[in-house]
Amino acid sequence: MLEIRNLSARVEGNDILRNLSLTIKPGEVHAIMGPNGAGKSTLGNVLSGRPGYEVTGGEVQFNGKDLLAMEIEERAREGVFLAFQYPVEIPGVSNMEFLKASVDARRRHQGLPELSSFDFMKLARETSKRVDLDQAFLKRGVNEGFSGGEKKRNEIMQMMLLEPALCILDETDSGLDIDALQVVAAGVNAMRDGQRSFIVVTHYQRLLDYIVPDYVHVLAAGNIVRTGGKELALELEARGYSWLEAEGA
Amino acid sequence: MNDAPHTQFQQQALHLAAAQQAPDWLSALRFAGAEQWLQAGWPGRRTELWKYTPLQALQKTPFQNASGALHSIPANTLLDVDATRLVFVNGILDAGASSLGQTGVVLFSAASPEQQALIARHLGTVATTPRHLFATLSNALAGEGVLVHVPRGAMWEKPVYVVNIAVPEAGAALVSPRLLVVVEDSAQVELIEHFASDAQAQNGFVNSLTEIHCGANARVQHYRINLEEEHLLHIGGVHVDLWRDARYQGFTLAEGSTLKRLDYQITHQGAGASAVLNGVYLPRHQQLLDYHTNVEHKAPHCTTAEVFRGIVADDAKAVFNGRIHIHPHAQKTLAELNNRTLLTSDRAEIDTKPELEIYADDVKCAHGATVSQIDADALFYLRSRGLTHEQARSMLSFGFINELLQGITQVAVRDYLHKHLQMVFAEADSIAPMPVADAT
Repeated sequence: MLEIRNLSARVEGNDILRNLSLTIKPGEVHAIMGPNGAGKSTLGNVLSGRPGYEVTGGEVQFNGKDLLAMEIEERAREGVFLAFQYPVEIPGVSNMEFLKASVDARRRHQGLPELSSFDFMKLARETSKRVDLDQAFLKRGVNEGFSGGEKKRNEIMQMMLLEPALCILDETDSGLDIDALQVVAAGVNAMRDGQRSFIVVTHYQRLLDYIVPDYVHVLAAGNIVRTGGKELALELEARGYSWLEAEGA
Repeated sequence: MNDAPHTQFQQQALHLAAAQQAPDWLSALRFAGAEQWLQAGWPGRRTELWKYTPLQALQKTPFQNASGALHSIPANTLLDVDATRLVFVNGILDAGASSLGQTGVVLFSAASPEQQALIARHLGTVATTPRHLFATLSNALAGEGVLVHVPRGAMWEKPVYVVNIAVPEAGAALVSPRLLVVVEDSAQVELIEHFASDAQAQNGFVNSLTEIHCGANARVQHYRINLEEEHLLHIGGVHVDLWRDARYQGFTLAEGSTLKRLDYQITHQGAGASAVLNGVYLPRHQQLLDYHTNVEHKAPHCTTAEVFRGIVADDAKAVFNGRIHIHPHAQKTLAELNNRTLLTSDRAEIDTKPELEIYADDVKCAHGATVSQIDADALFYLRSRGLTHEQARSMLSFGFINELLQGITQVAVRDYLHKHLQMVFAEADSIAPMPVADAT
């Protein structure tokens, strides 16, 4: 479903990703770990098309299509979803209206009819319950005045509503307490249906206790230096990253 | 100061005043107004208060008094609100569309002798003419008007909704709507002023003046929306006097037109008074929209909070001048003024000038003005959820002003504006910011 070949990318003139390759099959969960500055977040940003991230080489096929040639919104409509590490606060833009517009866009693209306002509100309320987010948040501005945990739960809620094919979680666990972490993990696990794929970018092994990955990749200096199963995460937890960076160099 | 001793428009306006029928008990005010109007220098480029707002549009047009004919109201103009309602079309009350019946709300022409005395006592006294040339014109043209008199301690259940609609006539009509609100001590009232025009209205000129006297401990909630179309000229003033512990909450929103100039003059006359004023301006095409606000702190322990936001599109121009003047004995004043503007084209223009003049030493004041673009991160966030660039831009620019709309407590006003503006934003690509932000 996702085929990354020799991807290189740069931000503000600095080469961050170097020749990175990664193949993800439907239903798989891939964890990306690594030290600060390894390029973990860059990968998610490049895949979702964030301005300022310049691809200098390689290609990315998403369900047989050239992902890098697509506009930001096309990628989203095709089913790529990035759960932001730092979701933006947008006061004045109603969360509900924003969510409805997003879901409408995705459904239209899939050839499905738009949901009526009533049906959508019902769905949104149910979904907010599943991520333990107070319904009052639906009426507020997008992420306006949300705590760190509430913002992350809002991201997961958007993911549930949009039902993407590929979910990229960018350090979704950062700043979460253990209860919120469990809520987020339960949300993700409920969406694992054997078809949907996940890239879980994280700093810590802890999240992977709850979202059990099929593969763990270690990213260092813009490339994958080690791939293993879920036990690799435990090893990293015990030994840190330095031994791998030394090996990779 | 003077570009010419008496301009054609000044003369013309007085001819129109002379041709009007007006009650005798307003003669003194009319006479004094006419004198001041003629004596005043006509504003030119070097007149500070009119520096950015040329008045050529007035000079070019031969105006006439409105015909007095009753025109029909354009569809979907009125707010859906349960209110004491007065609907004027080209200055003429449409009794069928109005719903009077609240004691204390009366036309000048129907005022009792006591009410006439009350009007004579207050009319033209809240409005301070030195900074407001066109208030003198309103006085010269004083004739019909609306008196809202809320007696001591009264709390009316329904708001007072005053609508002025301009529709086309054979010539360009000059209409001078006048609203006098006298809120006595400890009384409360909610006012909605609504200006609209038929899309066909050509070059009409509305010179409006609203005076609000807020007695001690009085509370006034005041909405004023100017949704007149492109070709309608509007010069309007709102003058508010606040006496001890009075509270005024104002909201104003205007779309642009060939010439629109709106002034707020709020004076803290008594200690402990508070004023909140939020404003939104939305000029586009080749429109001009000018807001001048001036708050005079003449008494101690008063509070002012003023926020204006605008979106300027296409070749339009906006002017915002917000002055707060704190007099020497107005100690313990709290005053805040903030102005933010979003420019959505590289030809759009804003001249913004917050002015603080402080002559007291124990006060807290802050002011700021910024000109911004749409936030690149927010734009990316919305697009990453499948919204098109245009959708995201339009949603974000609407959000920019929606923050102020959300503060509107009168549901009918909020819903009307929400719907109206969403339509405007959806229709007008130009109002959404240009794609500067994500060019990186």
